[in-house]
Amino acid sequence: MTSLNPSAQQRPSGAAASDLAIELVGINKHFGPVHANRDIHLQIKRGTVHGIVGENGAGKSTLMSILYGFYTAESGEIRVNGTPQAITDSRHALKLGIGMVHQHFMLVDNFTVLENVVLGAEDSSLLAPTLTKARAQLKRLATDYGLTVDPDAVIENLSVGQQQRVEILKALYRGAETLILDEPTGVLTPNEADQLFEVIRTLRDEGKTVILITHKLREIMAITDEVSVMRQGAMVKTLETKSTSPGELAELMVGRRVLLRVEKGPANPGKIMLDVENLVVTDDFKVERVKNVSFSVRAGEIVGIAGVAGNGQSELLESISGMRDQQSGVVRLNGVPLSLEGDDGASRARAAGLAHVPEDRLRMGLITNFSEWENSILGYEGKYGKGLGLDIAAAREAADAYIKKFDIRPPNKDLKTANFSGGNQQKIVLAREMERNPDVLIVGQPTRGVDIGAIEFIHNQIIKMRDAGKAILLVSVELDEIRSLSDRILVLFDGQIVGEADPATADETELGLLMTGSHPSGDKLPPHETPVQQTLVEMSPKNNTGRDTN
Amino acid sequence: MRALPRWVDILLLPVLNVVLAFLVGGLIVLAVGQNPLQAVGIMLYGAFGYGSGFGYTLYYTTDFIFAGLAVSLAYHAGLFNIGPEGQAYIGGLGVILIGLALNGVSWMFVFPLMIICGAAFGAAWAFVPGYLQAKRGSHIVITTILFNFIAASLMSFLITRVLKPAGVNSDESAPLDALTRVPQLRSFIELFKNSPVNITFFLAIAALGFVYWLIWHTKFGYRVRALGHNPTAANYAGISNQKMIMIVMAMAGALAAMVAVNNVGGVQGRLILNFVNGAGFVGIAVAFMGRAHPVGVGLSALLFGVLYQGGQELAFQMPGITREMIVTLQALVILFTGAMGDMLRAPLARLFSAPAGGKQ
Repeated sequence: MTSLNPSAQQRPSGAAASDLAIELVGINKHFGPVHANRDIHLQIKRGTVHGIVGENGAGKSTLMSILYGFYTAESGEIRVNGTPQAITDSRHALKLGIGMVHQHFMLVDNFTVLENVVLGAEDSSLLAPTLTKARAQLKRLATDYGLTVDPDAVIENLSVGQQQRVEILKALYRGAETLILDEPTGVLTPNEADQLFEVIRTLRDEGKTVILITHKLREIMAITDEVSVMRQGAMVKTLETKSTSPGELAELMVGRRVLLRVEKGPANPGKIMLDVENLVVTDDFKVERVKNVSFSVRAGEIVGIAGVAGNGQSELLESISGMRDQQSGVVRLNGVPLSLEGDDGASRARAAGLAHVPEDRLRMGLITNFSEWENSILGYEGKYGKGLGLDIAAAREAADAYIKKFDIRPPNKDLKTANFSGGNQQKIVLAREMERNPDVLIVGQPTRGVDIGAIEFIHNQIIKMRDAGKAILLVSVELDEIRSLSDRILVLFDGQIVGEADPATADETELGLLMTGSHPSGDKLPPHETPVQQTLVEMSPKNNTGRDTN
Repeated sequence: MRALPRWVDILLLPVLNVVLAFLVGGLIVLAVGQNPLQAVGIMLYGAFGYGSGFGYTLYYTTDFIFAGLAVSLAYHAGLFNIGPEGQAYIGGLGVILIGLALNGVSWMFVFPLMIICGAAFGAAWAFVPGYLQAKRGSHIVITTILFNFIAASLMSFLITRVLKPAGVNSDESAPLDALTRVPQLRSFIELFKNSPVNITFFLAIAALGFVYWLIWHTKFGYRVRALGHNPTAANYAGISNQKMIMIVMAMAGALAAMVAVNNVGGVQGRLILNFVNGAGFVGIAVAFMGRAHPVGVGLSALLFGVLYQGGQELAFQMPGITREMIVTLQALVILFTGAMGDMLRAPLARLFSAPAGGKQ
């Protein structure tokens, strides 16, 4: 491996090699024809929080995977504490003091915290001595870093935020000095995220180095000391967080100016188009996940459902769209009750004029093995061709039109959908659902895993639908998204709507508290058992959100 | 893993797998002290070299096409149908019942009824595992395997206790009248004399075309493939997983039952014990080797037809080569094209993606 360093001049002034926890020099990595990392130079100072931002596919994950030993770079050098290292696998990375917390936790659900922490790091074939030692060490880590978790709790009983702590503890237990956090707040509530930031600060103050991969610029601004921006496999710039702004970062990420706020006019709500009454839905294990929920959406308004993931959003969306049977309750479209029973309920919902952009496009919204044009008729295939035959020519023609209108790239209707980027996949789904001129559009997580540039486009399309007089139900765990798009916010907690808010005036902390069911004035909220329909649908947005406590 | 160019994926890879199988088979032939090249020569001559041999090859091919399609169609819906053996066997019951009921009536009238009646019996037999999968979640692999056994026992009982005419020694039903039997090609084409290939062969070719049309050119086929690739997305699209599973299984059973038209209607003219004789299982290998595509199924059915017919010729002609060795060779083909079918995928991917990666 050659280690000529052509980037000496790029080095931020005053960073002597000994101050650097990690230094990447000239890292290159290809995946087939894709140049995932182009000559990356990166210096991470010891005892700092270093953010790495970039769109999907910018090469952040590849770079970190190289650092963590999942991939090997084709050329370039990794220096850990100034010493060049050829990191062969994650075990080796851990030995060098590099730990990683993945976006999707790697925990054994039915093991205790303690068992998960020692898993793979057992000292001997007998478990007891390791556990005793680990228990003592966990206690010390908990006091040092404020990472308190009950060591004997079983993982599946912990909240997502606590599970994440276990992941961090795992890395620290193995002696990590540098911690890579991959999109750590994606699954957290605002409060949990704040707690995480507190932990990150403590870690930094105790001399640990933290690398934070995220696409949320707010977090970068809040917590990092330095930030590196990646675009299309290249390292664009490393900046001091103090001296930059979200606008500048977004521009660097995308390569052009981006509007971070959604621009929309006031809503003109018309007649009620979607009406949900006393809906009760259970999950696959017959556990009640939507508990007697009622609300309605009018023509020309966007109603946002805020909430922490796993509070019944999925079941709510799936039952309204006809994918999941409801236990009781009614869903009316333009006043007509929908018959959604059976496993083909979605076809009847569609026929009645309800379009659905699902929250998980890869699992539900697309058949990734299908080509683009085949996906552009999914759910509407019955309209293409008379009798048995499928009118392929018409379907392909429609696909061409959608590709053009939604700027789907690459504009190749024969390409397998799996080969499109997340943003373009989402556009394929949106085009299919929006262009059939539905009365009601229900949208789940419209911009999950979507690039900033595409987010702007998608948000504008949703607003365009609203302005065309459609009723839109938006469910998202991104509070920012809910706040900027919705005309009305309903907060879902534990399967119940626990409050309603006006996005123009809603306070983030208040919403956060509502979302976790720990609102101080929660007892003032209307009881859900009693006429929910009336209290929630008819009440003015100003009431019952507890904003009066401000 | 990188995707292979299409022609490599659907053509080169299977051909290489077959070549590998034959190379290993050749080593075995060598080990028993015979000349592998000569063995291949005999095999090919046995399968294609003379009219009757060719006729037998086409006759076997017919069986394998139907069985292969029965597996392929279900496979497109994400269902692994291990049951063509039993479905064909039960289909034979439908064929012989209608044949005996109309015994003496011209085949031109009976043949379509044999197809319909056989298909109905095969469909009903495959519908049950489909129903159990759809409504009860019983895994189709387990139920179709079990249904093969149930079919075998049920048919043994029916043939020996019910259908066997009094005074007949062998375990078989009463014979069909010559007028009623499905006509064999030798009655029109001199080339096929002494061979059992019959007009069901054309039905098999038509079935290939039909399945192709069904899967890629109909709404139904679109739904089948949607279900096969992603059942959750199919549910999202409003496609009833349960109904589709039951319908597809029934159709697969109907296709498998055509094996019975070929054998019971076209060759034996009666229902004999265990007439399917493994053709249903070969269909699984045929479907996998043919990548569940009708063109592939047609070609791999032909290959297995050659292996069957040429293999018998080989075992007959070459000293030291036993029937068991032919079975071994067939097993090697299944091993290399089925179980280890993706073994060469990674090296080929490297071979074909390297220049592309270098260019950019």
